[in-house]
Amino acid sequence: MNVFSPLFVMCLQFIAVLFAAPAFAGWVRMVKCWFQGRKSAGLFQPYRDIFKLLNKDVVLAENASWIFRFTPFLVFGTTVLAGVIIPILSIDLPLSATADAIALVALFTIARFFTALAGLDIGTAFGGMGSSREKTVASMSEPAMLMAIFTVSLVSQSTSISHMVNVIAHGEFVLRPSLAFALLAFILIALAETGRIPVDNPATHLELTMIHEAMILEYSGRHLALIEWAGMMKLFLFTTLGIALFFPWGIAAAGDITFLPVAILLLLIKLFFAGIGLVLIEIGLAKMRLFRIQEFLGSAFLFATLGLLSYFMLE
Amino acid sequence: MNIAAQINSILAALVLLTAFGLLVQRRIYGLLHLFAWQGLFLSISTGLVGYVARQHHLYISSILTLALKVIVLPYILHTLIVRLKIHKEVETVVNIPTTMLMGIALVIFSYHLTAPIRELSTLVTRSTIAVALATVMLGLLMMITRRHAVTQIIGFLAMENGLFFAATSATYGMPLVVELGVGLDILIAAFIFGIFFFHIRETFDSLDVEQMARLKEEE
Amino acid sequence: MTLIILLGVSFFAAIVLAFVGDRRFAPEINILGSAATFIAGVGLAVHVYYEGPMIAGGNFFFVDAFNVYLTVLTAFVSMTTAIFSRRYMRREREHGRVSHWGMRFYHAMFQLFIFAMLLALLTNNIGVLWIAMELATLSTVLLVSLYRTPTAIEAAWKYFILCGVGIAQALFGTVLLYFAAEKVLGEGGEALLWTNLIQVSGQLEPTVLRLAFVFLMVGYGTKVGLVPLHNWLPDAHSEGPTPISAVLSGLLLNIALYALVRCKVLVDLSTGTNMAGNMMMGFGLLSILVASFSLLRRKDIKRLFAYSSIEHMGIATFAFGLGGPIATFGALLHMLVHSLTKSSIFFTVGHASQMHGTQEMSKIKGLIKGNPLVGWGLVFGVMAIVGMPPFGVFTSEFLILTATMKDAPLLAPLLLLGLGVAFAALFRRVQPMISGAVPSNQMPVKASHIPIILHMVLVLIIGIYMPNFLSEWFHTAVGLLK
Repeated sequence: MNVFSPLFVMCLQFIAVLFAAPAFAGWVRMVKCWFQGRKSAGLFQPYRDIFKLLNKDVVLAENASWIFRFTPFLVFGTTVLAGVIIPILSIDLPLSATADAIALVALFTIARFFTALAGLDIGTAFGGMGSSREKTVASMSEPAMLMAIFTVSLVSQSTSISHMVNVIAHGEFVLRPSLAFALLAFILIALAETGRIPVDNPATHLELTMIHEAMILEYSGRHLALIEWAGMMKLFLFTTLGIALFFPWGIAAAGDITFLPVAILLLLIKLFFAGIGLVLIEIGLAKMRLFRIQEFLGSAFLFATLGLLSYFMLE
Repeated sequence: MNIAAQINSILAALVLLTAFGLLVQRRIYGLLHLFAWQGLFLSISTGLVGYVARQHHLYISSILTLALKVIVLPYILHTLIVRLKIHKEVETVVNIPTTMLMGIALVIFSYHLTAPIRELSTLVTRSTIAVALATVMLGLLMMITRRHAVTQIIGFLAMENGLFFAATSATYGMPLVVELGVGLDILIAAFIFGIFFFHIRETFDSLDVEQMARLKEEE
Repeated sequence: MTLIILLGVSFFAAIVLAFVGDRRFAPEINILGSAATFIAGVGLAVHVYYEGPMIAGGNFFFVDAFNVYLTVLTAFVSMTTAIFSRRYMRREREHGRVSHWGMRFYHAMFQLFIFAMLLALLTNNIGVLWIAMELATLSTVLLVSLYRTPTAIEAAWKYFILCGVGIAQALFGTVLLYFAAEKVLGEGGEALLWTNLIQVSGQLEPTVLRLAFVFLMVGYGTKVGLVPLHNWLPDAHSEGPTPISAVLSGLLLNIALYALVRCKVLVDLSTGTNMAGNMMMGFGLLSILVASFSLLRRKDIKRLFAYSSIEHMGIATFAFGLGGPIATFGALLHMLVHSLTKSSIFFTVGHASQMHGTQEMSKIKGLIKGNPLVGWGLVFGVMAIVGMPPFGVFTSEFLILTATMKDAPLLAPLLLLGLGVAFAALFRRVQPMISGAVPSNQMPVKASHIPIILHMVLVLIIGIYMPNFLSEWFHTAVGLLK
């Protein structure tokens, strides 16, 4: 039994990431609609969108190279792979020994790199602009992201995510300013990485402001479906990563399969609130000018560094 | 580390955070609010340390901080801002990311500088000394990088906050007579800069200190 | 009892003058208050001279040979300045440069300033010393901006901000000092008392004190006007009313140096090295060199002498840093004679600029013919300040130079260079102002004779024949500071 339990957990997470991510995205949209006094399309609209796109034909630009066709699959693949590294339900993951937090950041970076290449590949103005903006954001958010993760790994003395989560979830409870700073930094980075307001707006196609949407403007059919799906998974993954690192209480311990139903229920509750929190942030803030983004991510970096420093200074 | 020390660390972290906030905040009311928050965290921290260490004179310091830094000074500044009709944005000289990096460097510097004290101290608050010095340094940085009279004053007061915090964390507060005297000095300073704002405004039509550059080294 | 009178008079006078305001007899009350303070100061000095150091007010006050002479000096110069300012400020008022409220403010703050300085000198508590220093700054800030011109306000703002920053560093240093002291002396006010600290100085943690001194040096060094931190000083001196320039230069800088020296003694005793002294020597020497070369390019007469003050504070700081009986003796004497000479120079400079309606040196001419007292006063003042015999400054500089030759021969040429450049610069600037015919734009002015003559005579006497009691005092003080 104990040999199979990690595999079972991994399969469960695999399924959860694939199929819960659109629901979470739907939940966020729903809450946002409510707050803005609009009628929502329901929790399952993202599924319908993906399904519709999967059934449509792909229209390819004449000068699209293999990169353009290859990117959606790569992005989808790396995101799913990231989903089985992050301890969402249980810390008992077979891949946690081979892939640590740095590998996780690298996976997201690969996906982003190819998306940017694909944006350039077509040779349209918007694609190039989107890619350039995306890389501007990435160049500042990735160091901050690593800093934030290092702060947490300092506390647990390891870069393995499962181990970090284990220490925080099952170790002695200590109020740690370093973690508070890291959380702040993480929220800012997550907003930037998943392309939410105030950095990017997922719902707009206004040429002056869009970043992520500009890169994938030329995609259609199943390619677009995969990219959209991967985007929803990324949002889901960042949320669950945040939950795992900063609010892991209730996650199943190693080999404890019987606890899994409770862990699932707790995760649902946490996601419920995380969605509301995200919407509150998005509603409370206005989209920033592009030139202010460096300040935004600069403060994320500042918080992450302060977390790192306050680990040494205050703990 | 016991729970009180943990809470105190969190408060110290918040003080540091507000210090950084002051450094990068552009709007004048935002600065004022951050300053009041910093005073509040400081006051709570002082009270907490007083309770844990059974240093009852710290209660007086705590109340003094609360009254002066959270209520009186922000109120005076607020009144001045309203009277002088300045609520537009405040400009910075060095751009914000650079200022932040300088701030981080100062925090590391303070950490190193206070290392001997941390080793010698036996108090529960010893870990916050570095934060206190960092707050002083950040206030100093704010006074150097900002060019608005009100901002410079807030930087000055933030520095004073850092000093207060340093006294609490290094030694459970200075003797009462000294703390009272320092408080009195700050209050006098507050009246003086209040008068100053009016003079500057009258003479220069603005509170931008940048315009005060007539006394260059020999014309 | 004398202590209470000494401090009480100035404080009480400040309150009275705040109410009296711009009445006709306000300057007289100002003089009367300062004179009473001076008499009390002399009384205290006599007491200390015969009965040795005293502690009073439940350990709160402490008087020894070092601070008692500064107390008398402070009281004396503030008295003569009050006499000088009677005529000077009346004229400024008549010419409309100062308002009705300005006069009220001026007199009240003048007395408060004296109170703060005396408190700083007499207190035994280094925390209170800090508070008094800050109070002294605050009380003069608005006096510097008394004329309300753009430059005056700028100068005062600079003074306020820079000294505020500086003195905050000094407070951090004081906190660190308390931290070290508390370990040995226990908590509470006792641990900040100078008399207790000096007794246990050997047990204080050297690493902490070393760190504390860096902050104290920066903090009080700003107020002394040592070089990288001197920016506020020329502005504040040149833009404020002349009596304020005189007391800032002659007294406040001294008090700040006094605070620094007290700390230095403590730190060097604790660390067993000359670390604090070396720092002071470095800052002092830098001040001498930078200030003396800056003298060459001045155009404003008050700025000229402000830089000269930086130079002389540099000399005293350097000498205290050097340590040793001769250098310390020289430094103590230098504080005294510089204070007397410089305030006297500012008196004459004030009249000179009133006569010409400007502080620009190129427009001031024919002083000796125009007003012999002002002209000759300036000549003798400058002769004294550059260190020509037989004035007192010569004696002190000679002592300091001798000690430098002996203890730090490599630095002696630098010191000499600074003194030489200052000598040349001051004479080059002053000579055209005193000689020549009376220019058409010169207006007659009623000069105050007493302060100028009194100061110059004292400096001369000290230079020719130093009274016994003075050298005895200095010897005792040297013993305290070794």
